[in-house]
Amino acid sequence: MEGMTKVPVREQDAKVRATNFEEVCLGYNEEEAVEEAKRCLNCKNPLCVNGCPVAIDIPAFIGKVKERAFEEAYQIISEASALPAVCGRVCPQESQCEGKCIRGIKGEPVSIGKLERFVADWARENGIKPKKAEKMNGHRVAVIGSGPAGLTCAGDLAKMGYEVTIFEALHDAGGVLSYGIPEFRLPKNAVVAAEVENVKSLGVKIETNVVIGKSTTIDQLIEEEGFEAVFIGSGAGLPKFMGIPGEQANGVFSANEFLTRNNLMKAFMEEYDTPISRGKKVVVVGGGNVAMDAARTALRLGAEVHVVYRRSEAELPARVEEVHHAKEEGIIFDLLQNPTEILVDENGWVKGIRVIKMELGEPDESGRRRPVEIPGSEYEIEADTVIMSLGTSPNPLISSTTKGLETNRWKCIVATEEDGATSKAGVFAGGDAVTGAATVILAMGAGKAAAKGIDAYLSKS
Amino acid sequence: MYPIVKKEVLADKIFLMEVKAERCAKACLPGQFVIVKLDEKGERIPLTICDYDREAGTVTIVIQAVGASTERMLRNIDTIEAFQDFAGPLGCPSELCREEALEETKKKRIVFIAGGLGTAPVYPQVKWMHEHGVDVDVIIGSRTKDLLFYIDEMKKVAKNCYVCTDDGSFGFHGVGTAQLQALYDEGVTYDQCVAIGPMIMMKFVCLLTKELKLSTIVSMNPIMVDGTGMCGACRLVVGGEVKFACVDGPEFDGHLVDFEQAMRRMQQYKTEEGRAMLALEEGDTHHGGCGHCGGDK
Repeated sequence: MEGMTKVPVREQDAKVRATNFEEVCLGYNEEEAVEEAKRCLNCKNPLCVNGCPVAIDIPAFIGKVKERAFEEAYQIISEASALPAVCGRVCPQESQCEGKCIRGIKGEPVSIGKLERFVADWARENGIKPKKAEKMNGHRVAVIGSGPAGLTCAGDLAKMGYEVTIFEALHDAGGVLSYGIPEFRLPKNAVVAAEVENVKSLGVKIETNVVIGKSTTIDQLIEEEGFEAVFIGSGAGLPKFMGIPGEQANGVFSANEFLTRNNLMKAFMEEYDTPISRGKKVVVVGGGNVAMDAARTALRLGAEVHVVYRRSEAELPARVEEVHHAKEEGIIFDLLQNPTEILVDENGWVKGIRVIKMELGEPDESGRRRPVEIPGSEYEIEADTVIMSLGTSPNPLISSTTKGLETNRWKCIVATEEDGATSKAGVFAGGDAVTGAATVILAMGAGKAAAKGIDAYLSKS
Repeated sequence: MYPIVKKEVLADKIFLMEVKAERCAKACLPGQFVIVKLDEKGERIPLTICDYDREAGTVTIVIQAVGASTERMLRNIDTIEAFQDFAGPLGCPSELCREEALEETKKKRIVFIAGGLGTAPVYPQVKWMHEHGVDVDVIIGSRTKDLLFYIDEMKKVAKNCYVCTDDGSFGFHGVGTAQLQALYDEGVTYDQCVAIGPMIMMKFVCLLTKELKLSTIVSMNPIMVDGTGMCGACRLVVGGEVKFACVDGPEFDGHLVDFEQAMRRMQQYKTEEGRAMLALEEGDTHHGGCGHCGGDK
């Protein structure tokens, strides 16, 4: 039946893309975008908007795409989102906007993410910028971290007329968009750098190489540098390890290290100095988006790659699209298995990994069925590289150096959901630093809420 | 950009740079380190702070050319005017150089042992001690005379400065540990040792100081990427626990460090680094044969 399925999006062929770092999804062209936009029913009560953490007026922008008024579509999106070219690529639309789409009840939902991406890419290619504040209000705000939460908070505050400086610990802006998500999913120069430039075009300053908690502190920013409010969007940067024997062997990396070398330091390109371990047989432990990114990166560097995950495919925390792409490219999934030991050769290098088979038992507190070891089912997988992708936790550098900033038992900063307020007056927080590792769009939602909170706080005083 | 205000070749493959980095110069303390990146394609390189001038807003670092990026710095030392990136200070300040603990520190007889490039990070600690009225002894060890640097500077701030070379070309003939043993044989004793240098040297110092029952602090310099706790490349086992040198260190109780494992982990990127070096040295003339680059295929 007509209109039941999405206009298919063009992708690089799986065999070809498995050997390069070019973007996998090629996106819609004008004709395809207009065609897909026609599928939107323009609901009176648009559920998709409720499903969007930053509440983009989805039917309105899609309506403009239908009319080929792409610039207007872009301005509608950018009222709500500072990073549409990013979100169109990495948001889990299937569980957010598209998950709520009425079209999805009988057929496929409208391809909202691909339309958002098309509009953002069109705007960039045509030199359209978001609208700047008409005048500045004279208040200064510091933002810690230039990832999705920080960029969004800074962009929103700048649009309201605040003078904002972002402090970034690394040498490039973007946070996880730069060091974490690979080129083939999110091109760095074309997309990330351009979105960062858009935020800067609103008047936001970005100072790189400043490690808050070391180079200076939040208290110093307020007392000595004259910032009236601070937003902490420092992310969840500390990698977790399993604590199993052999984990310190040569050839065992955190996904953070592996991806940072490849993405931020561009180790996959010959002309860059930073080395990366190009394994022949790589085991990635974990089943989230970061695990998929690490696995697909290792594959592109020339390895045979196995993903070892302790639950079944249905519980994989990674987006369905990422798992699908990974499989197409030839990643091997060893599901319902859990590592018990990393096997080390006489020179201290990884030679394999011992795993035990699992079965699913009763649901645990997360609602997912708890994996239970099957006694006596251990076996060995040969490998020269193991990448641990078990999640991350917030970096204590900031919380431990800021007086009166409350954290919870997971070292996450305590902040309200409505406005990001922390236990310290004038200090707000959001994103992974508060929630622990989550998604780009949730961090953006938190950055937006905090921008409103900061505006209310500074308007009052 | 972070302008280089002074540069000097100190010894074979060892050079000094004084860099304008105001935030870092204002905040840094002895024992901490910085991460520098020369240009777009350079590596992030962790380097311990050698000196700082809060008024001038500068930080001095000493670099040994050992990898692709540092070789490139040395080769182009005359033309390089700035670092693209200079982040820091990173890591924890030295436990001994704390104003709060000054009274305790003053009671201790302290010996610093610097090996090779280790002279650079030892210097600011000894200088700090000197400025705070604490007399300390320093042993500087080097393979040969041509690799020695900062001897005069160190002599100005140390009570006794013993210089030794493995080949006897300058000062005491022997390694730093032999010099320490010689001092003990003469009846000199200490309460605290700080050893900074190559891992193998710190390992041997610790083997000796365990016998001498001399508490020893070491400064670890493993492989790092971000230097803020994010990548875990610098993880070490200290007293049976996994520690990140960048945020938990770089200084640790040397008697608890698993040096064997730490040294093995240093080998991790040797072949990859070697490839980058070969490509740099041989440029377009390198067409394989190294067995790694695949240039012959």
